[in-house]
Amino acid sequence: MDNEIRIAIEREGDIVTARQKGRELAAETGFSGSDLTVIATAISEIARNIVTYAGRGEVILCTVRQGGKHGIQIVAADSGPGIADIELAMRDGYSTGKSLGLGLPGAKRLMDEFEITSTVGRGTTVTMRKWTR
Amino acid sequence: MPIPILKQRDVLIVSIQSAPTDPDLLQLKDDLADRVGRHRSRGVVIDVSALDVMDSFAARTLRMISRTTKLRGAETVIVGIQPEVAFSMTQLGLTLQDVSTALDLEEGLELLATVMKKDPQGGG
Repeated sequence: MDNEIRIAIEREGDIVTARQKGRELAAETGFSGSDLTVIATAISEIARNIVTYAGRGEVILCTVRQGGKHGIQIVAADSGPGIADIELAMRDGYSTGKSLGLGLPGAKRLMDEFEITSTVGRGTTVTMRKWTR
Repeated sequence: MPIPILKQRDVLIVSIQSAPTDPDLLQLKDDLADRVGRHRSRGVVIDVSALDVMDSFAARTLRMISRTTKLRGAETVIVGIQPEVAFSMTQLGLTLQDVSTALDLEEGLELLATVMKKDPQGGG
């Protein structure tokens, strides 16, 4: 992993910063065209989840290599209330309010790999990767 | 930074610049509801061609704007959704299905002219 970029997410404006930095890094990694928008959209969704549900957290971007392929990794971590039922949170249209309930399942569809871990009272970490084609 | 609203006859034209924050979009919703009444506007065109990303929040806010202005007697058309933005929205699961869309400003104004002619009393 290299080119690590950390963006503190504390207010709505930070969501825009995170997706812009993500787009830049993705372009440097070799992504182009609609993939750049896809990656920026996924970052926007998970960064907004931090602002909406945890209040503050961090988005960490880096490039990754695995075998002969390379891509981008996005980690969104917070120390917020956590998610009690991840399966439910990953369901389309499920929301505890304030949103369309597309954030997590939508981000998963946009990326190649998606992992979420969460502990109630401790926080949530989302890790997503996309590989260049 | 507030998003500027231009008035042309009975239509309000909004051009969203590259990356509005959430509060900017919410402010636009309130401003449009107010301006539609103040100028007795019959239509609103929102140009999103400079938007880098249309995430679920932006889509939800545009839907809210469309419904709010409709209740105030004005039809809203969203124009200029870029191909890669449309592609990302589809994958994300966003449809904007109850919102009118057109390719660009010109087609948006044409669409509004047709709707306004069909429904001269406004509302709907």
